Amino acid sequence: MIELSHIVKKFGDHTVLDDVSITFAEGSVTALIGPSGGGKSTLLRCINLLETPTSGTVQIGEERIEFHPGRKVGWAAIQKLRRKTGMVFQNFQLFPHRTAIENVSESLTTVLKWPKERARQRALELLEKVGLAHKADAWPATLSGGQQQRVAIARALAPSPEVLLCDEPTSALDPELAGEVVEVLAQLAREGTTMVIATHDLRLASTIAQEAVFLDAGIVVEKGPSRALFGDPQRERTRRFIATLIQKPAEQEGSGI
Amino acid sequence: MPHWLQLMLDSLGPLLWAALAFTIPLTLLSFVFGLALGLISALIRLFGPRPLAAVVRFYVWIIRGTPLLVQLFLIFYGLPSAGILLDAFPAALIGFTLNIGAYSSEIIRAAISSVAKGQWEASFSIGMSWSQTMRRTILPQAARVAVPPLSNTFISLVKDTSLAAAITVPELFQAAQRIVAVTYEPLILYIEAALIYLAISSILSALQARLELRLGRYGGFMEARA
Repeated sequence: MIELSHIVKKFGDHTVLDDVSITFAEGSVTALIGPSGGGKSTLLRCINLLETPTSGTVQIGEERIEFHPGRKVGWAAIQKLRRKTGMVFQNFQLFPHRTAIENVSESLTTVLKWPKERARQRALELLEKVGLAHKADAWPATLSGGQQQRVAIARALAPSPEVLLCDEPTSALDPELAGEVVEVLAQLAREGTTMVIATHDLRLASTIAQEAVFLDAGIVVEKGPSRALFGDPQRERTRRFIATLIQKPAEQEGSGI
Repeated sequence: MPHWLQLMLDSLGPLLWAALAFTIPLTLLSFVFGLALGLISALIRLFGPRPLAAVVRFYVWIIRGTPLLVQLFLIFYGLPSAGILLDAFPAALIGFTLNIGAYSSEIIRAAISSVAKGQWEASFSIGMSWSQTMRRTILPQAARVAVPPLSNTFISLVKDTSLAAAITVPELFQAAQRIVAVTYEPLILYIEAALIYLAISSILSALQARLELRLGRYGGFMEARA
């Protein structure tokens, strides 16, 4: 279980997250939705501490860190918590100087000190899972965006994290390539991977996530089962936002030549 | 056999010996030490505490803003007045090392900064520590950016070692000067010395091209052209 309580994040005077408390159950898939700048990405990055919360508590499993303004938390504690998470980035961020399989096995050999052969074996299994075993020795620059993101998913899963954090995993991809990434994430969801996905992609959010959280201006406006939140939002703010999400794909279809 | 050819052949031995015994060791040693100094300086400027970064900035400012020849004279002829007496070769080695350190620190700093911030985050996200990230993710990508300008520095260094002649290091250029002093054939001897410098630089340029190709093999933002 992941528990965020009373998370506040300030950049200077600007409050990006204002007292956010959310619990993510084990095996659940949660979509974080909301307008750009609403705090989705920051919230996601507070879970693996790429951003340090100004105050609040982050707990993953038994590991728990309390943050207080002006007090620094040690690297060791941060890493301990971070190693329970995996992350998928909007623009993939594969290591360009490593082949697909080396990208996946990097955490196993460098961080977990696995023997090379065992790491390679696990990396190959993961590449197979995302349908890219045949690209194991390819350089990232030679892969399509969708393929790169699938390798990135395999890389994030390699050290068996307790939660997979996805930051706009499909928004840098055209709809067709986004489709193959959604498929892989859906497969992971069916297998019971705990996921938190910040996204604008309604298809991704509605097909995969059971839970949804609507964040705006650093505040949780509404949360609940995704079907209810998308189908029958209670708040006017949520309703307006969801209407824009539904409109967008229609516009895209219309704009084709 | 024409006189000039005879002269060149006769002096080839001493000149090559001077290159092998002094020019090349001086170049290699000061480049290796200078690169280490440059890497440390770059890391301090990028990540070190402010006062230390200021010291490094001061060092780079002094070295880049003063002539190499003046620096060598200061070390070899000046320092004895302050009680520090150095042999010619170590004095030259220190001078060139400081020089390479300053120039390469700027190159390395820029190369490290050129690696996308997302690469740090991706490395952290899979559990890597700061030093693992630096070693395994950042430096290999920075190397690709740094190799062309560093090779430039290296080739300049080969030629700059001729300045060590002025502080009595018996390297290639000084060996040529000595032969000129007895044969009075400056044109021929200095052409010969120049050709040897040219040969060394050409070999280095070829090695640089191979290294760039290897570092560029993963493709991407600078497509390597075979």
